[in-house]
Amino acid sequence: MIRPTQLPQYLADMQREIEKHAREYGLDFFDTIFEVLDYQKMNEVASYGGFPVRYPHWRWGMEYEHLSKSYEYGLSKIYEMVINNDPCYAYLLEGNSSTDQKMVMAHVFGHCDFFKNNYYFSKTNRRMIDGMANHATRVRKHIERIGIEKIEAFIDVCLTLDNLIDPYSPYIVRRAPQPRRDEEQKPEATEVPKLRAKSYMDKYINPPDFVEQQKKKLVEEREKQKRFPEHPERDVLLFLIENAPLERWERDILEIVRDEAYYFAPQAMTKIMNEGWASYWHSKIMTEKAMTAAEIIDYADNNAGVLATAPGQLNPYKLGVELYRHVEERWNRGQFGKEWDDCEDMAARKNWDRRLGLGRKKIFEVRKLYNDVTFIDEFFTPEFCREQKFYSFIFNDRSGNYEIETREFKKVKDRLLFRLTNFGQPFIFVQDGNHENRAELLLKHKHEGVDLKMDHARDTLEGLARVWKRPVNLLTKVDGKGKMLRYDGRDHSEKSAEYSDK
Amino acid sequence: MSLRIDQDHRRFREIVRGKIKQNLRKYISQGEMLGKKGKEVVSIPLPQIDIPHFRFGQKQSGGVGQGEGQPGDALGQGDPQSGSGKAGDKAGEHVLEVEVSMDELAAILGEELRLPRIEPKGKERIIARKDRYTGIRNTGPESLRHFRRTFKQALRRQISSGTYNPANPIIVPVRDDKRYRSWRSDPLPQSNAVIIYMMDVSGSMGDEQKEIVRIESFWLDTWLRSQYQGIESRYIIHDAMAKEVDRETFFRTRESGGTMISSAYKLCAKMIDDEYPPSEWNIYPFHFSDGDNWSVDDTVHCIDILKTQILPRVNQFAYGQVESPYGSGQFIKDLQEHFDDESNLVTSEIKGKEAIMDSIRDFLGKGK
Repeated sequence: MIRPTQLPQYLADMQREIEKHAREYGLDFFDTIFEVLDYQKMNEVASYGGFPVRYPHWRWGMEYEHLSKSYEYGLSKIYEMVINNDPCYAYLLEGNSSTDQKMVMAHVFGHCDFFKNNYYFSKTNRRMIDGMANHATRVRKHIERIGIEKIEAFIDVCLTLDNLIDPYSPYIVRRAPQPRRDEEQKPEATEVPKLRAKSYMDKYINPPDFVEQQKKKLVEEREKQKRFPEHPERDVLLFLIENAPLERWERDILEIVRDEAYYFAPQAMTKIMNEGWASYWHSKIMTEKAMTAAEIIDYADNNAGVLATAPGQLNPYKLGVELYRHVEERWNRGQFGKEWDDCEDMAARKNWDRRLGLGRKKIFEVRKLYNDVTFIDEFFTPEFCREQKFYSFIFNDRSGNYEIETREFKKVKDRLLFRLTNFGQPFIFVQDGNHENRAELLLKHKHEGVDLKMDHARDTLEGLARVWKRPVNLLTKVDGKGKMLRYDGRDHSEKSAEYSDK
Repeated sequence: MSLRIDQDHRRFREIVRGKIKQNLRKYISQGEMLGKKGKEVVSIPLPQIDIPHFRFGQKQSGGVGQGEGQPGDALGQGDPQSGSGKAGDKAGEHVLEVEVSMDELAAILGEELRLPRIEPKGKERIIARKDRYTGIRNTGPESLRHFRRTFKQALRRQISSGTYNPANPIIVPVRDDKRYRSWRSDPLPQSNAVIIYMMDVSGSMGDEQKEIVRIESFWLDTWLRSQYQGIESRYIIHDAMAKEVDRETFFRTRESGGTMISSAYKLCAKMIDDEYPPSEWNIYPFHFSDGDNWSVDDTVHCIDILKTQILPRVNQFAYGQVESPYGSGQFIKDLQEHFDDESNLVTSEIKGKEAIMDSIRDFLGKGK
């Protein structure tokens, strides 16, 4: 655990000042505790995803090696890090100039406000620092009992599956609470109950059509119960935790990995919004309040670095901040509603200004209710696309390059949304936990135009088989044709298969 | 400062080590993959140590960018990453460049090829002694007095005997309180070694052959350096004449003349005579050629020099024959015929890059 240290006086003063500005603008955040770290410690914390303690695993070490190397060679350094927790913890890099520190603080308060107020963070564990430490303790205990090799190997397996969650599930009740298994099962109705009627009245009181319909429904119902799971299950990890034949320590580790995946999911869901919001506020606070004349060059240099774009890359900071400004501008000028939507006169649209001044209020509302997908879907307009020079690009098989495809609004937006949907990852469902009545697992990839990366898919199946302990199958499409991948614990096989889009 | 992450980092390094071992054959046959950084470290690109996921392939994939450009403009190859590197919570895809010290690399090589440690020859090893401060003792010269320990000891005595007055904290050490640094001198076996590389640079040795020699010499260097403290390398090239050159020239030069191997052996023998008395030096001549020699007479001459002047003085003489489309490959047969029972002459035929690893084992497997 990082012990709260006394912030150096000048930074404490700075924090007080920036915090005051932030509150005056209406930002609303948990208490925020800043820590100054030297670069080694900073790299360590960054490798742990911002947390002081995580369970032991080699991949933190890999991240650490990467970060320290990039720092030593001067390729990158981490300016800022902040954790979604109450209180919020944020880290400052020792030795940064005071302009940098100011900017970072302003940026951090933006994040903290976002964490506290954005709907998608509302279900996250606000004591995750303790949560992570508890996970670490649990894993360490298993390591002491079972040995690091085995535990680490199993964590590797769980991590290959950690994107198979249902990120919206915390906000929606997807299924009724399951009746407990030992509860008395109601005897199933085998026939359609009929109303009593004299025989000559029967076909009026129990019309054959209706009876037939009910029969069908009954059969369907029974079929459904036979299926397992009843509906395709998106939370593959949960399905495994509930149904795979796991040892206790295995189940515990799988639960830990799932827990952490759900904790981080909202951050991936709101990357553009979150970074955009923080960038919006650091620039507001710096340029309108906190900056001295002497700091302007340093600030501008740094800010330009944060918002820089490179070919073939989407900078979430840039996209986010520009889109908030776009929304603010529109609502300030009243560019919304039916009248606006119906107006096709370009000149009128261009000079449209109702002087409503609702912009600030609107963006606060946006930061509360939206996530990246809905944010882009709702506010990414043709005007914005053109002004910000967006293009879409595709991979060209022949040249092996990514190439600019088009600047056409609809295509660009579709592609952008596709990339953001499910974090740009494929949708995978548990289709059947008793495939071909052999207790094999069948997953289905809901194909939406892009094939899976096959080598990864095969490796992931191996992990899945390790957890399921029976052969596993994945139904997907490759080059437009249905394909069934199978791994039986020893060998991979592949065959063509029926793929329906249902 | 010790960090919590050190443990995870160590685990990662172990995995890296395992991967390098697994792929050693590939690294050995493609020496160019190793970027050398300074004298101590090489950087090795590893096939990604990655956690697989269900994810999209490159085909049909694409994304959205921002900036100038016309449809059709190329944006660069494969896998562009989204976002700046800042504040990310996911690691980007990258080929992992790991740095490994030469010692570690040698250790991996040794483990994988099961190379025996080299027993330095001769009893007259130069022994150096090295003193190190290791502890504390009660007696010693005043110049080595450990102030803090002495003070603590005196304070402890005064408190326990009740003569310490906090209002007037004067500490007076007596003789028994005094503590001194102590040292240990470790004998440091120091054996000197020299590697003499000889290579045929006549017309029949092409670039590919030289490449093999270069890669092989890198690994030989790596191993021998891990076995000896101070090691020197000398380079001799020859066609019909032999001369000593520096490392750069050694691998670059291409002559067109004929081949007289004896010229190189003569120079090598002279070098040993003049500079490396065998009583003090471990000597490792390596000779690489395509096996073509000018004449049978010269071969006889070579064998004579080896027998009388070189073999008695060196730890091991190694001859590596690189296959070339022009060479007859006769020389190795001659050597094998004449030195069948000679234990410190090893020969190895290197058929191509893939065979380098086996050849290293041939050369170093005897532990001489």
